[in-house]
Amino acid sequence: MTSLQSEPFVINIGPQHPSTHGVFRLRLTMDGEKITEADMVMGYLHRSMEKLAEERTYTQNIPFTDRTDYLSAMTGNLAYVLAVERLMEVEVPERAKWLRMIMAELQRIASHAMAVGIFANDTGAWQTPVMHMFRDREKILDLFEMACGARLTLNYMRIGGVSRDIPPEWIPQAKKLLKDLPKKFAEYEDLLLTNEIIVARSRGIGVLTPDQAIAHSVSGPMLRGSGVAWDIRKADPYAAYDKVDFDVAVGTNGDVYDRFVVRMAEMRQSLRILEQALEMMPEGPVHARLGAATVQPGGQSIAPLAYRPPVGEAYARIESPRGEIGYYIVSDGSPAPFRFHIRSPSFINLTPLALMTVGSTVADAVVILGSVDIVVGEVDR
Amino acid sequence: MTATVTGLEVAGAIEQRFPDAVVEATPEYAVVAPEELIEVLTWLRDDDSMLFKFLSSLTAVDREEWFEVVYHLESFRTNRITVIKVRSDDRDDPIVPSVVDVWPGAQLQEREAYDLMGIRFEGNPDLRRIFLWDGFAGFPLRKDYMNLAGGQMAGLERFPGEPGLEFNNRGTQ
Repeated sequence: MTSLQSEPFVINIGPQHPSTHGVFRLRLTMDGEKITEADMVMGYLHRSMEKLAEERTYTQNIPFTDRTDYLSAMTGNLAYVLAVERLMEVEVPERAKWLRMIMAELQRIASHAMAVGIFANDTGAWQTPVMHMFRDREKILDLFEMACGARLTLNYMRIGGVSRDIPPEWIPQAKKLLKDLPKKFAEYEDLLLTNEIIVARSRGIGVLTPDQAIAHSVSGPMLRGSGVAWDIRKADPYAAYDKVDFDVAVGTNGDVYDRFVVRMAEMRQSLRILEQALEMMPEGPVHARLGAATVQPGGQSIAPLAYRPPVGEAYARIESPRGEIGYYIVSDGSPAPFRFHIRSPSFINLTPLALMTVGSTVADAVVILGSVDIVVGEVDR
Repeated sequence: MTATVTGLEVAGAIEQRFPDAVVEATPEYAVVAPEELIEVLTWLRDDDSMLFKFLSSLTAVDREEWFEVVYHLESFRTNRITVIKVRSDDRDDPIVPSVVDVWPGAQLQEREAYDLMGIRFEGNPDLRRIFLWDGFAGFPLRKDYMNLAGGQMAGLERFPGEPGLEFNNRGTQ
């Protein structure tokens, strides 16, 4: 049977479209129902952070790291301060390391809740799951507010530690939340994991084999969904991850469904880490003494705002909810970085998007894009 | 813990196989000649002693005398990381071979380095601007890019106790 020839037809999804999760545009060339070409148009949220950072001190740059991946500000903060600490060879106090890990894991739950909820939205479960997820995320944001005064752009980490210790009433409230969350997670797993519509729309769609995933520099739940058990928290433990016990969630098929399952499983694992961390966190200072690192030119007293790391470069990468977030900092010995580069997982995870979408339909493309879990602030930077 | 293969170690290993490929080696990184870049990186990816199958990051730095492209390579199997660089001293039209054929994951990152730093990656099948629009003048991450009208030095007085003049050649003079 000869197939019917049709004219190529272009469909624009975005930049203003609910399923692009921000101002991101997908330009699909169609042959009938089939996608033959997928082109990404980005830059609508490009704020040139890498250039701006070259004119600000190392401390002044921390708020930029909130505003790249704004759904996971803690991990952005953490990756950046780790890179600068590596450059300055700073030893961080033990309690600060634990606080960093606790905050990063709370953030992972909040971010994955958002990712899973919005993904359910994309598959057609309009707004109900996402509202349930938001309910839990709010409680985590309350904890952040108690710790640092902000809910979204947190600016909590500092070079050498964290900005302040948690108040005494923080731990009881966190423990209450940890007691509450497993019930909620069980509810979501019940509702979503075997949901007929989600399974029908996501299984076998957007498949990436392990080799393809590695070759395309994919990281995070996407890489693990393809069956590669690579988690930087295990492979290169930072903060206090070497002292807690947790499993790496891995998928098998590398399809959209497996990425979603990996995220659900990671929320459970984050809970495990948090339960251990709240018991094991030691007392002590939360900020290293960095007096010697602040050089004072011309004998003037200088605020510790202006650290001058030695000439050199450092690269630090951690496991953010979206994957491997890395900061590459080049120092020329001045108070501002000579080069500030963000290796952003949202951006690089989009590389195989055409590979995953070509040959499928528009409805599948929406679900595949949802499974990548991009934050456009981090794609464009 | 991820072990770092220092620039000196990786340079020594490369030199045994490709005698003239290494331009410079420091403890932090190894600089490879652009003519041999693709062979060296393919070898680093495939050789059983290296197995750097994951390109973690690709970015460009403007060192004023030259441009350099920085590759952070990871090996999942041996849990190691290493840094390779390649340089181009042509300020008008820096050209570096594209590594898209070695790691397809370099595609968007090369487009980003082209868009913001103006490095041309020879062999990249789809080298277009990615964040800025076609027709944008210049490459903003270059140090000689003027980003303010009238040569303003905005923000420099915000460094406590720092005279602004020290910050010449940072793109704001």
